[in-house]
Amino acid sequence: MHVHFLDPYRPLTSPVHALDGRVKFILAVAFILTVSLTPFGAWPVYLLLWSIVLSAEILSGLGVGYVLRRAALALPFVLAAIPLAFTTPGTPWLEFPLGPWQLTLTLDGLLRFANVAVKSWLSVQAAIVLASSTEFRDLLLAMRAVRIPRLLVAMFGLMWRYLFVLVGEALRLMRARSARSGIAQRPAAAPRRRPGGSVAWRGKVAGGMAGNLFLRAVDRSDRIYVAMLSRGYDGEVRSFATQPVPPGARVTLWIGLALLGLLWLGGTLVWG
Amino acid sequence: MFLRPAPMHIPDGFLSTLVSIIFWVVSIMGLAYALRRTGQDLGERQVPLMGVLAAAIFAGQMLNFSVTGGTSGHLLGAALATILVGPWPAVVVMTTVVSVQALVFQDGGLLALGANLFNMAIIGVAVSYFVYASLRRLTRGASWGLFASGFAAAWASIFIASLAAALQLALSGTSPANLAVPAMGGIHALIGIGEGLITVGALAFLFATRRELVGAAPAAAKGGRGVWALGLGIALLLSVLSPLASANPDGLEWVAEQQGFLEAARAPLFNLIPDYVLPGISNEALATILAGILGTLIVFGVVVAVAYFRRSGKAAA
Repeated sequence: MHVHFLDPYRPLTSPVHALDGRVKFILAVAFILTVSLTPFGAWPVYLLLWSIVLSAEILSGLGVGYVLRRAALALPFVLAAIPLAFTTPGTPWLEFPLGPWQLTLTLDGLLRFANVAVKSWLSVQAAIVLASSTEFRDLLLAMRAVRIPRLLVAMFGLMWRYLFVLVGEALRLMRARSARSGIAQRPAAAPRRRPGGSVAWRGKVAGGMAGNLFLRAVDRSDRIYVAMLSRGYDGEVRSFATQPVPPGARVTLWIGLALLGLLWLGGTLVWG
Repeated sequence: MFLRPAPMHIPDGFLSTLVSIIFWVVSIMGLAYALRRTGQDLGERQVPLMGVLAAAIFAGQMLNFSVTGGTSGHLLGAALATILVGPWPAVVVMTTVVSVQALVFQDGGLLALGANLFNMAIIGVAVSYFVYASLRRLTRGASWGLFASGFAAAWASIFIASLAAALQLALSGTSPANLAVPAMGGIHALIGIGEGLITVGALAFLFATRRELVGAAPAAAKGGRGVWALGLGIALLLSVLSPLASANPDGLEWVAEQQGFLEAARAPLFNLIPDYVLPGISNEALATILAGILGTLIVFGVVVAVAYFRRSGKAAA
């Protein structure tokens, strides 16, 4: 099985894809920061932020549906904020008993919960547009541009290069496990008995696979190191000189930052 | 399977800006130190070893096993990495894994990455090391000691890291401590068992095939004493602090409120539209309607422009 299904990058031609990766990276982080700084209850600002990220989704040709489907994967964490709806003091809106507790849903609490959910939802959309429209190589360049240590960026790059190799090994290990196990029907005589061993036994099998993967990775890193040495690696990570950001992208960057700054200012002035 | 959201990765929007930035600063300092130590210990070998191990942990997170009722146990890897390569390289490996997860797979937010790195790369590794090193010394190198220490280290790293995540949420005012701490701690006390089982399985495999990788006592790790103390400190602090915070959520709420007040206190400085000019509620409703119209116009404009350029592109082609 080919494992590039993991890579969220979608190669399309669109103004968003064509934009310099460094500009996209900075704008996406600035967008998430603006969302985070927007005060509670500044719904108009959230609406405008949403229209910005929605525009980026449409412009990029990724499609709103694609981004929303991926964004849904990050949603379960919203559970962590649900207590807010019940613990924030305010006008009681709905009261209902849950076991021994009497839960009071307040309007303020509900709004606070919505505020957290909206923030999270907008931020994850920006991150999805960034990851889906930027090749990993350009993300690495962007990280170099914002002064993330060269060594760390080199490790990110090496990890990405071998990720698909090792995911392939993990998938082969899993296929081998399924092949050995078969899929047993539950025996009719004892329908409650699960096929396969105990949980601890299954955990040990999965652990053996993880150990196997680790061992292969360590051995592979030895071979990679020797291959790097034979190509003249001396411990210094070198990269191509980066091109300056083209003037058009520079203009986009400043316009985008100014827009986000205005939204932040407006939000803090009126609702802060 | 790969994009399964892990409950430990905090997305953006759940932490207040102040908390996010504080943990970014702490994580950057920890990471910078770990990078320097790794460079000293491993030299030029570090880039290939760290990169490939990070890829292995990432891929290893796919290896799951069914537990019951559709839930499954899987690996997070901080303890395994700590046991195999020592604390400083493990911090670097986990940082690489968690950062790429956030950047590419949206597993955890970008602004929240600082806090996630703190929980999974720094706390996860320090607590693993503290538990593993102490238990290995106590069991005096017995081979069952390896597995018992591995299990305990894996479980503790998950559990303590989840307490840290719960406290960060409480500190941000997102989730009250008396709910977040038991909920996160309870879920992760179970997840930690899965992590422990896989870690033990991996150690058993490595013990059988490549004893020199896991058999040696971990005292060989240079500068391990500092990490050991850090792990002890974090484990003590969090296991004392979180029940306290959970019992008296007022303390954390007070902090969160102070933070809210700080943010609110800025407002009067530049309150451009005083409430007496426009009644507050109609002002907000009006603004919402205006923003709605403006937003719709923006999106509509983009759609029309895209459609126009698509069509002219097709006509030219």
